[in-house]
Amino acid sequence: MRETRRATLILEDGTTFEGKSFGYEASTSGEVVFNTAMTGYPESLTDPSYEGQILVTTYPILGNYGVPPRREKDDVSEFYESDHIHAKAIIAQDYSWEHSHWQADRSLSQWLCEEKIPGIYGIDTRALTKHLREKGSMLGKIIIEGCEDVDFYNPNLENLVGKTSCKEVEIHGDGEKTVVLVDCGTKHNIIRCLTRRGVKVVRVPWDYDFTQIPYDGLFISNGPGNPDMAEATVANIRKAFEIGKPICGICMGNQLLAKAAGAKTYKLKYGHRSHNQPVRRVGTETCYVTSQNHGYAVDSSTLDKDWEPLFINMNDGTNEGIRHKSKPYFSAQFHPEASSGPKDTEFLFDEFIALL
Amino acid sequence: MSDKTIKKVLLLGSGALKIGEAGEFDYSGSQALKAMKEEGIETILINPNIATVQTSDGFADHIYFLPVTPFFVEKVIEKERPDGILLAFGGQTALNCGVALYESGVLEKYNVRVLGTPVRAIMDTEDRELFVRKLDEIGVKTIKSEAVSNVDDALRAARELGYPVIVRAAYALGGLGSGFCDNEEELVALTEKALSFSPQVLVEKSLKGWKEVEYEVVRDRFDNCITVCNMENFDPLGIHTGESIVVAPSQTLSNEDYHYLRKLAIKIIRHVGIVGECNVQYAFDPQSMDYRVIEVNARLSRSSALASKATGYPLAFVAAKLGLGYGLFDLKNSVTKETSAFFEPALDYIVVKIPRWDLGKFHGVRKEIGSSMKSVGEVMAIGRTFEEAIQKGLRMIGQGMHGFVGNRELKINDIDHALSEPTDKRIFVIAKAMKSGYTVDKIHELTKIDKWFLYKLQHLIDTEAELEAFDEIEKVPAPLLRTAKEQGFSDFQIARAVLDNFGGSAEMANKRVRQYRKSLGIVPVVKQIDTLAAEYPAQTNYLYLTYNGSENDVHYLHDHRSIVVLGSGAYRIGSSVEFDWCSVNALMTVKKEGWRSVMINYNPETVSTDYDMCDRLYFDELTFERVMDILDLEQPHGAILSVGGQIPNNLATRLDDEGVNILGTTARSIDNAEDRHKFSAMLDNLGIDQPRWRELTSFDDIREFIDEVGFPVLVRPSYVLSGAAMNVCSNDDELERFLRLAANVSKQHPVVVTEFIQNAKEIEMDAVAANGEIKAYAISEHIEFAGVHSGDATIQFPPQKLYVETMRRIKKISAQIAKALNITGPFNIQYLAKNNDIKVIECNLRASRSFPFVSKVLKINFIDLATKAMLGLNIEKPEKNAFDLDYVGIKASQFSFSRLQGADPVLGVDMSSTGEVGCIGVDTSEAIMKSMLSVGYRVPKKGILLSTGSARQKTDMLDAAHQLHNKGYVLYATGGTHQFLADNGIPAIRVYWPSQPEMQPQALQMLHDKEIDLVVNIPKNLSTTELSNGYKIRRAAIDLNIPLLTNARLASAFIRAFTTLSLNDIEIKPWDEY
Repeated sequence: MRETRRATLILEDGTTFEGKSFGYEASTSGEVVFNTAMTGYPESLTDPSYEGQILVTTYPILGNYGVPPRREKDDVSEFYESDHIHAKAIIAQDYSWEHSHWQADRSLSQWLCEEKIPGIYGIDTRALTKHLREKGSMLGKIIIEGCEDVDFYNPNLENLVGKTSCKEVEIHGDGEKTVVLVDCGTKHNIIRCLTRRGVKVVRVPWDYDFTQIPYDGLFISNGPGNPDMAEATVANIRKAFEIGKPICGICMGNQLLAKAAGAKTYKLKYGHRSHNQPVRRVGTETCYVTSQNHGYAVDSSTLDKDWEPLFINMNDGTNEGIRHKSKPYFSAQFHPEASSGPKDTEFLFDEFIALL
Repeated sequence: MSDKTIKKVLLLGSGALKIGEAGEFDYSGSQALKAMKEEGIETILINPNIATVQTSDGFADHIYFLPVTPFFVEKVIEKERPDGILLAFGGQTALNCGVALYESGVLEKYNVRVLGTPVRAIMDTEDRELFVRKLDEIGVKTIKSEAVSNVDDALRAARELGYPVIVRAAYALGGLGSGFCDNEEELVALTEKALSFSPQVLVEKSLKGWKEVEYEVVRDRFDNCITVCNMENFDPLGIHTGESIVVAPSQTLSNEDYHYLRKLAIKIIRHVGIVGECNVQYAFDPQSMDYRVIEVNARLSRSSALASKATGYPLAFVAAKLGLGYGLFDLKNSVTKETSAFFEPALDYIVVKIPRWDLGKFHGVRKEIGSSMKSVGEVMAIGRTFEEAIQKGLRMIGQGMHGFVGNRELKINDIDHALSEPTDKRIFVIAKAMKSGYTVDKIHELTKIDKWFLYKLQHLIDTEAELEAFDEIEKVPAPLLRTAKEQGFSDFQIARAVLDNFGGSAEMANKRVRQYRKSLGIVPVVKQIDTLAAEYPAQTNYLYLTYNGSENDVHYLHDHRSIVVLGSGAYRIGSSVEFDWCSVNALMTVKKEGWRSVMINYNPETVSTDYDMCDRLYFDELTFERVMDILDLEQPHGAILSVGGQIPNNLATRLDDEGVNILGTTARSIDNAEDRHKFSAMLDNLGIDQPRWRELTSFDDIREFIDEVGFPVLVRPSYVLSGAAMNVCSNDDELERFLRLAANVSKQHPVVVTEFIQNAKEIEMDAVAANGEIKAYAISEHIEFAGVHSGDATIQFPPQKLYVETMRRIKKISAQIAKALNITGPFNIQYLAKNNDIKVIECNLRASRSFPFVSKVLKINFIDLATKAMLGLNIEKPEKNAFDLDYVGIKASQFSFSRLQGADPVLGVDMSSTGEVGCIGVDTSEAIMKSMLSVGYRVPKKGILLSTGSARQKTDMLDAAHQLHNKGYVLYATGGTHQFLADNGIPAIRVYWPSQPEMQPQALQMLHDKEIDLVVNIPKNLSTTELSNGYKIRRAAIDLNIPLLTNARLASAFIRAFTTLSLNDIEIKPWDEY
């Protein structure tokens, strides 16, 4: 039997779960959220939208295919969604100490240790998930046996967009058309999806006044936390409305676009984090299976009269995207860039590029 | 959104269970019928499989027990005039039949619309050449193959592709006639065989060692697509997916891999134009993202049934609705009842499917598993670690194994060879290799099984070794014990690892483990399968148990208002869909009578494991340990053990010892019937006759007993080294050979020898009793004389040729036995009758295989009555009895010898059929015609080969030979038969045995030349010499797909039927009109 240190998850309501450590051995805290995806832990861990969160994977077996190498291709990570792990910790039922995949160059455990991220297993993740479903996402901390206690930490009180955004303007790819990508904590696959379509991407920090530079289209990325923290971005988007060039947003981008259009956002009880969220394109018989990762949503009823919902969630009816009734502005709450998850909606990038 | 012009729909079933086409189609057909019913659509079902749930009251409006062939289906269409037809729910049988009806213009003629996937799309996926071309159009890679229609072209194609190649027959079920060839010689043999099943044979490059991955894809007519589940084969490509251990979801694919293949699957289904469900199988390179599409099944399949059970997503139900024109967005997730059916299930557990083989039942069959399917059933195990799930599964297959470790040691001479040339024992060979010090790398090299699986298996070996370091159960530290349970170790495995020889008693040792772990709080928890990994609450109770968890999903009321029904486990030879029918009917009665119905079963091919058939479904083991775990949680009013075949029956005594309330006949009575000595003593006391038998421990004793009863005798060793478990011995020589080579006689291993009565009738009594009094009964007779296993025999009900005296005596004896054992519930007694001399062969205090057959023919539901009796309700004796019936039911057996390369297709005392049908006719001949055609026989058009066994059998067959001759058939006969026919004035052409190669014409050659389209080959007796004589002829008949009869009485009955009755004379009448 493998000797591992005991690790305890303590939720803010006092509920505790006993597990064992397989990652970095230090205590940590954050907001506990669950994701029902069955694959994609390297992508999720490096997804900036998980900044400050403790990720619970409901699929019980974790680490099967190890971790692909840290490699860059065209100035972005080849296999990851950013250059480091953003989640505070990861929790599973069972950890695969041995992995097997031709692309892997180390185990998940090794990677977590390198990046000083705790990982725990041996926890009834189904019971934990049901608890979060009933009570809503909540704060939690992981105490590793022999390590010091830590305080609870609420990431939503922080400007996580600012924290995860790039600090300087970066140029990716090349092409006749220029797309400004407002980095609210962007996943690298958004950059890949744009550059692959032959445009030049000017990636700017979240609060950068991009209206000063010439562009053919504006793209607002995904990002972590509470959209209310990114007022600077909202203000810039409003300015972009004046310019009138095509605008597209994803996830946080959807929320910020909606806010710029005057709508309100609210926190969902436990969010949508999975690869199987059904959405329907409003007014059509066309549906998509989407990859999602968000804790906040747009309140469709607060949308300005010039705007309308573009997609809705078929399970709970929440907003999954909006569009302007006459101008080339639209956005999706889900992740058309996937990574991880199904790629069924990647065509939205084509729709955006076609508008330029 | 649905098409309201569809008012009446015809559904084609899959017929008898056979290898490659089994219970999964009862499940999918039943779901489709439920979906139609919900829409208020009138349903017509054609399926001769009378033991299925779908052919029961309340599923279809009109049921035809007729062969699923174009001829009969057209007749039904002509009569019923349905608006639509469903082809995707009855396996390859239904699909092939539908394609034929489409091509011949019948569907158009009667204006019948194919619902769901259009026939054009079906043909694009079924015809390899069209399929490859179709996928080429969208740049999707397929396994390059060449379609050929003769051996020369096959050789040329193989030379171009390079060996090894794989040969497949087009339009064939589950890889029938397929195989790998390393050289020209093998290619010629296989191609010839495959060409006999199909006009087209495919030669393709082998990709042995690649991963095999499947996706189940659904599409609606609005082009919305989802993949409900993906599955990964534990065994790499080269082993048919039906022969492979399969996990869901895939375990070794990265996110990129998973979605790459998923996207391709959707691209394919869109391009092909499926409406409903289909399955895409891939070969996937373990070292890159290279892939090939192996095949697309444009219908519900074994995999889709598995995927439905694995995820809780009712694929067949949804596919049927989509066929009516609904969009996925119109339908609700049937588990949450709240969220959309347009979604992809998220699993929070792992599922392992393991095939069940019964190769030990056959003489001469090859044990190697490969590209064609030989398994007869499967199990599905659910856990929250791979280790837990696979160990559960290995116990579930029910072949005496306790998991991956802790089994009786296998004898293997060459482990390397056994690893690289897999047999049905492959997984246990891996255990053996690991224990012998083979590394994961080495095993991977030999098997190409992904190392991830092997690492996990290695954990089990390691844990066992850790347990072995202790010598007392109570010394095992709690963390180790918990780890072992989390890895799926049973109490038995733990006891075996810790104690030497269980410290004397296995049962006591098990109890010690159980007590000890309970004292440490190490107990399993119950989890729900909810399709969304707990994201939304589930409204159904589809459950499993796991040690990887700390909280139950179910809130138990402990109100003692539930009744637990134990199911029948994996389908196997001797136990299949009939017990599913019994289980489902028991559940329905339990529910109807106001109790909470609870099911335990683990067979994904069944209707009883459909979560809407009961209030709580535990998809879990039927071991004593697990059943007790569930009963501890449920605290039911009682448990029903008598509707699930032998597995639940065997638990009776031990459950009774634990104080479980067994409903119906007591455990003590069950033991009195099961224990040969006790039962025999009881019969002696009652003055009831039985064949003489004795349990003996030495050769001398055996000889002495045979001196008394005479040859032949039936010999049943308690310890079998190889081959069949029992044998008929006709002389000293055979007795000696059987006991010295195949078995073992000693004080430890006694042998039961029973006198074998020749030319006796065998009679079945199926009945229901309450408090020792028979309430309903059905007596049926075998067409064959005793000596053919009752599961293989052709059974007639009501009997047409029994003396009234015999019937009366059987009734009387049955009543005596029912009283003596104080039976409450279902039971079955088998009798021998010769000249009104009645002997009891055996008695089972449970439902038997023939319960659905007699219930449906008599139209009295015996299980409903039996369940009421077991619930203590008063039941009235039904008014009707068999004498009132003005029709006859015939139950005929389906054999799958064509799948079992090398097996001798002869019937004996051990059962070898894989399924059955039951058809109703106005007389024996009509019923026999329908049922024989339903199990694949064809009315011959040209020549018939006769070699008709002993003098007595030749005489028995004389009338039939006259009938054939008068009907104008050309008869061919081997030496003795030829002489006999000549002596009786019947002209025949003499042909020669393979043992006389210099003589012409050769019987085998005639078969190859297709001059003969029926073979009647009757061995004189079941001795080895006699069997080997005709083996080549019988095997050739099977391999060349020529109907074969090996029993004189059945052959006579069938010949009489087709010589006196033409196909057009057969009445097309649904069950409700009889």
